[in-house]
Amino acid sequence: MPLTALGLFFAYPVAGILLRGLRPDGAWELGAVIEVLARERVHRVLWFTLWSAAAGTTLAVVLGLPVAWALHRLRFPGRDLLRALVLVPFVLPTVVVGVAFRQLLAPSGPLGGLGLDGTAVAIVLALAFFNVSVVVRTVGSFWEGHDPRREEAAAALGASPWQVWWTVTLPGIRPAVVSAASVVFLFCATAFGVVLTMGGLRYANVETEIYLLTTQELDLAGAAALSLLQLAVVVGLLGVSARARRGSGPVARSPRPLPRPGVRHLGVLAWTAAVVAFLMTPLVSLLVASLRRGDGWGLQNYAALATTGEGNALLVPVTRALTTSLTVALQASAFALLLGTLVAYLVSRPRRGSGAAVLDGLFMLPLGVSAVTVGFGFLITLDRPPLDLRSAALLVPVAQAMVALPLVVRTVAPVLHSVDDRQRQAAASLGAGPLRVLRTVDLAVAWRALLAAAGFAFAVSLGEFGATAFLARDDDPTLPVVIYRLIGQPGAENFGMAMAASVVLAGTTTLVVLGVQRLRVGSAGAF
Amino acid sequence: MGLSVEAVSVRYGATLAVDAVSLEVPTGSVTAVLGPSGCGKSSLLRVVAGLERPAAGRVAVDGRDLARVPTHRRGFALLFQDGQLFEHLTVAGNVGYALRLRRAPRARREARVAELLSLVGLEGYDARLPATLSGGERQRVALARALAVEPRLLLLDEPLSALDRGLRERLAADLHEILHTAGVTALLVTHDQEEAFAVADRMAVMREGRVVQQGSLAEVWRRPVDAWTARFLGYAETLEGEQAAALRRLAAPEADWSALALRRSAVHLDPEGPLAARVLEARLDPDHVRLVLDVNGVGRLPGVAAPGSAVRVGERVRLSLDPDRLASLPRVTA
Repeated sequence: MPLTALGLFFAYPVAGILLRGLRPDGAWELGAVIEVLARERVHRVLWFTLWSAAAGTTLAVVLGLPVAWALHRLRFPGRDLLRALVLVPFVLPTVVVGVAFRQLLAPSGPLGGLGLDGTAVAIVLALAFFNVSVVVRTVGSFWEGHDPRREEAAAALGASPWQVWWTVTLPGIRPAVVSAASVVFLFCATAFGVVLTMGGLRYANVETEIYLLTTQELDLAGAAALSLLQLAVVVGLLGVSARARRGSGPVARSPRPLPRPGVRHLGVLAWTAAVVAFLMTPLVSLLVASLRRGDGWGLQNYAALATTGEGNALLVPVTRALTTSLTVALQASAFALLLGTLVAYLVSRPRRGSGAAVLDGLFMLPLGVSAVTVGFGFLITLDRPPLDLRSAALLVPVAQAMVALPLVVRTVAPVLHSVDDRQRQAAASLGAGPLRVLRTVDLAVAWRALLAAAGFAFAVSLGEFGATAFLARDDDPTLPVVIYRLIGQPGAENFGMAMAASVVLAGTTTLVVLGVQRLRVGSAGAF
Repeated sequence: MGLSVEAVSVRYGATLAVDAVSLEVPTGSVTAVLGPSGCGKSSLLRVVAGLERPAAGRVAVDGRDLARVPTHRRGFALLFQDGQLFEHLTVAGNVGYALRLRRAPRARREARVAELLSLVGLEGYDARLPATLSGGERQRVALARALAVEPRLLLLDEPLSALDRGLRERLAADLHEILHTAGVTALLVTHDQEEAFAVADRMAVMREGRVVQQGSLAEVWRRPVDAWTARFLGYAETLEGEQAAALRRLAAPEADWSALALRRSAVHLDPEGPLAARVLEARLDPDHVRLVLDVNGVGRLPGVAAPGSAVRVGERVRLSLDPDRLASLPRVTA
């Protein structure tokens, strides 16, 4: 069953892209791809993709490491709230982040004086904004399990705190840092919503370029060529990240409770406070802007959400788009949970032989696809015979489910994996049938993870923009699509509506994610 | 004059983990702090290492107060239960770690690493990674690493507890040998009295945050301060009051104890012995037949018979008491 679903919704669209790129006129040829890759504009796009991703990654790691330490190696009141706050940016819809940064940095905005509006620096800041939480979570949860006695042994041997950090701590957390950095690089290099809303016409990365080629220039062959390139790079990066993770191994819990902060931790705590402020500023600013209309304050922007905007910028009112978004997200998360749990179950079963490894690889492959690739692949394969899903109204939910699938698998698989197979054997030997084993052993352990995965899938799907931008129908758009359309239209009222809609969207996803956070699943949101 | 711990207390919130403990570790001696888990011995070790701040009291080396000296300037070394090797460094990298911190020249470092590896019996292990070592080998590497810079004081936190029994006995003997060869002053904390007896030459017994007894091994062993201590040290039974008096009248009329601790082998089968008993239980173990006896006029006592003897449950036997295998206790017991 999962094989069929993956074949249909993953292999088929990817094959479609391959065909489109390599066989544009019914004959195999590499010429078209090479021609596309030789374009000067494509070189600029590639260069921007690489350096903005590298800069965003570096910034996220530098900002995130001290925060990971403070939030996972110290114990103080409010720590859990801070952990939740740091997680929020990552699950915010990309469009919302783009809008928030634009509003913040616009000449008329609170930080307009910095002159960063429309610059590459602003894009890099936004990329880092998203991914600090990935660094904090990935490195932090790894760090948490570290036995501090190794560092104490080094200190007793005469290593100063600085020497302990360089010679023991950093090498110890290196697998997690490399893993986090490679994943963050991946996210930055495939960032779509942020670059599309903030880059304007000056800056495009591979993802936005695929979108522009498809929707503006109708150059499907060019888009396919870029998609192939993207696919290859992403799969390579995932390999690097998986290798880094493999080196990490199981971690032992520290034997003592974590220390409370003292005077010597002031630097780290100040850094953490600054990073949290950096993460909160665009959001607070967005909220403030949504309450502003002209020179006054009020809820007019929210009231206007029931309309189609100034000069009928939209075909449907924003409230209708919200309903659509919620419905689609429900369908998508249900599908992602079902498929993802099956995949997680299959990859977490102890198996032998090389056939098993191939199967594992096959199941993990979809994790490497960017949302835009999914959307583009769906667009060129699933909206026409032999398989026309465009009218079935399921195209968008299914595409969003494919985007959320990695998150579900990564959340559920480690938990299922942590079930000692001997527990299943013990249950079976006591007379439990396979279904009962599943219910009393696996499910008893995994239900929190399943719930968390469903919540995450819901949040991701709510904010999903990359795939949806290709597939949503104009007369039935989702909320992120509507926001993107609104900021593209002239008029202060439309801008105000975009702000209000962004706040509604951000608020909804944040509530869902905070609920998930309360479940305290260690692997939730890990990559 | 070595390490002196003076009236040190450690407090975690409302609980007093270490309660005004004073302790002497003379230069060149190996002192064991022996106590059950949760008695505060590890907290005491952490205070000495500078990893924990005491709520009260003073830690001094050769008379110099260490309160303001951070861990890395104390010139000690710490050896943990599970070694805590640096997994990313080779065996040679681990052992030479402290030398590299002190910027020792490469040639001297290599020579010292080779010397230490041979001291702990791991010649030729230089290039191995910790992950490829057995538990015993890891502890040896950790020991070599700790000895590399000739620490003023070596702190051992249950150094052998993570190992299995046979290995533990072998390594305990080696550890004793190595510590004395290297002439190290060491403080060992452990819950295992065998480990303490095998490695240390002085001992402090700790219970519920307090040191209840300290002295040389022989002193502590010969005169446990109370029944609890005697049992913790490995005595099989303690007797007091009427029972102790009855045993003295029957088996050792010239002795002067009024309460005593017995090793299991103190009461043994002897056809000529002064005690009469009925066998309640008999079980073979590698060294002898373990007995539980109902001794006439005294009551239930543990005892032994030679491994070859065919003792049956219910049989009537004669016993004698070995005065070298018992310790007298002060009358008032805890």
